[in-house]
Amino acid sequence: MSFLTVIDFSSLLQYLITGLTLGSIYGMTALGFTIILNSTGVINFAQGEFVMLGGMMSVYFMTALGLTEPVAVVLAVLGTTVIGALVERLAIRPVRQSPAINLVIITIGVSILIRGLVMFFWGKDTHVLQSFSGDTPIMFLGAAIMPQALWVLGVSAFLLVGFKFFFSKTLHGKAMLACSFDVKAASLVGIGVERMVLLSFMISAFVGAVGGVILAPITMTSYDVGVLLGLKGFAACILGGLGNPFGAAAGGIVLGILESLGAGFISSAYKDALAFVILLILLFAKPSGLFGQKDSKRV
Amino acid sequence: MNRGKSLFLVIVLLFFCATAWAETIKIGAVVSVTGAASFLGEPQKNTLLQLQDLTNAKGGMDGRQVELIIYDDESDVNKCVMAARKLLDQDQVAVVIGPSISGNTLAITRFFSSAQVPLISCAAAEKIVFPVNPWIFNTPQLDRHAALKILQDAKVKGYTKLAILTVSDGYGQAGRAVLKELAKAQGFDLVADEVYSPKDTDMTSQLTKIKGVSPEAIICWGTNPGPAVVARNRMQLGLTIPLYMSHGVASDKFIELAGEAAEGLILPAGRLTAVDQVPDDHPQKTVLTDYVANYSQKFNAPISSFGGYAHDAFLLVHEAVTKGGSANPGDIRDNLEKISALPGTSGIYSYSPDNHNGLDEDAFIMVIIENGTWKVVP
Repeated sequence: MSFLTVIDFSSLLQYLITGLTLGSIYGMTALGFTIILNSTGVINFAQGEFVMLGGMMSVYFMTALGLTEPVAVVLAVLGTTVIGALVERLAIRPVRQSPAINLVIITIGVSILIRGLVMFFWGKDTHVLQSFSGDTPIMFLGAAIMPQALWVLGVSAFLLVGFKFFFSKTLHGKAMLACSFDVKAASLVGIGVERMVLLSFMISAFVGAVGGVILAPITMTSYDVGVLLGLKGFAACILGGLGNPFGAAAGGIVLGILESLGAGFISSAYKDALAFVILLILLFAKPSGLFGQKDSKRV
Repeated sequence: MNRGKSLFLVIVLLFFCATAWAETIKIGAVVSVTGAASFLGEPQKNTLLQLQDLTNAKGGMDGRQVELIIYDDESDVNKCVMAARKLLDQDQVAVVIGPSISGNTLAITRFFSSAQVPLISCAAAEKIVFPVNPWIFNTPQLDRHAALKILQDAKVKGYTKLAILTVSDGYGQAGRAVLKELAKAQGFDLVADEVYSPKDTDMTSQLTKIKGVSPEAIICWGTNPGPAVVARNRMQLGLTIPLYMSHGVASDKFIELAGEAAEGLILPAGRLTAVDQVPDDHPQKTVLTDYVANYSQKFNAPISSFGGYAHDAFLLVHEAVTKGGSANPGDIRDNLEKISALPGTSGIYSYSPDNHNGLDEDAFIMVIIENGTWKVVP
């Protein structure tokens, strides 16, 4: 553990690449949190489990059913989307009228349930998923980039652009945004609020599962990877300003980079703690997050 | 009336005979069948149960049937304490085998000193047997032996600058302490000392830092899945610095997790890892082949060195009871200390009043992973 290592360019670049890769996943998880938060006002603490399910279901489809990787991956994402819909239909919709805090606690229960079921049926072992385009690193200015990292960055960027388009140009996207602004007004203009809530859960599960599937070849997957990922995704959400999708993605990337730089230059043993310490410091300075609006109420 | 009295006497006599026949040797065991250390405890439980059956089928120990009372401490220290208390107070066992992990072992040693019942632990921390507690023994090779073996290999290869990368849990930190002590004593230059958490999924930062100080070899000390991530990250970063692992990953699971990245890695392992490559005239060969044959026949699972620790503990009890002709806790303890050169699966045991581990670094062989299997380094 040395406080002042020689800061050479290739090491710095390596930390940045690692940080960017992980940060993209935190950003995608944070995006999932934001989508549900925006349309229901609920923080879905089972978001981390959607990420876990993406990876674990892919492994299951490949090992137990012998499917090829592309097929398994697509099925896993679709399967998790269905599970997202089930969560909304069975756990959220029946108690829709409860205060938000009840719903948040229910999502915590759902996350424990999903984790327990995966552990029961698929065991506690760690599993490997093959990288999509091999493991030979691409050397770039002294730093090594894994092909899988390029997949992560590429897919994340694609999803972000897609969602920007969805929320600003399509009718469904605009309807979901309307629900987040004012539920009563939205239903008055004919928007099926219940259907929007279902859609938001499905989209969040989809985003989470995609993140899980592209991350699993890099970090391996097991039944409990969702816990820490969900927590960091939530932290990224807060970092970027709760409720702001662009902030969520940016917050994720910032968190990933800061964590990687901290592990490289300060201490590798306290890597996880560093992420949360940074979050705390930032919130003391700017409580509404990097890109959040200051809370205001109409009088 | 007379006939009634004699009938009563006969019945009473028969009852006494029955209880005399039914007198079993009670062996207690507490292992982590579930929880984080289940990779240790599950094979240990399987091994003990099978050994009980095999021993009883051959007439038991010293002519008496063995009764194994086994509890799962779920890798939790509080449950371990409860189980130990139960074994000593309620079940009144003659000896206890286990626990699977060091933390749990250290939590219960004082019970055995006061109850005067011997404990043969399957955990490897040095603190368990140094300083020697007359009632506490253990069977696994010590971290010290593994570290010595690795440094021996490094010396032969002419390395002088080493980097260590250890996990932040008890096992990793015990290894770190031993590595630092021995590396310094043997004149190596420790240029990097990095740590990672058990649940970390990315060690590229630690490896990048290590790369920056150009060591001649890296020693990684942890249990799955961490070291597999380290191996994969090393390959992903395009590093070619030789990488040693600890005996904590001497299992097929590691090769499965690390995949291609496991090629060329070197580690110390018990001879159970590569039984076919052990020469036929080696004293341990018979014990090893028997254990492998019995275990794989009954349980559809790969052989595990960790199960071997429990096997050896049972073997030691068997030896102490048979040679000493007594199953009293105190006698078992005394007779354990008299055991000399007994071949087990983990090594050849020689206990004594000031050595309750019984092994040295020859209990390990160095293996290299080639083509996805273990190959003994000559």
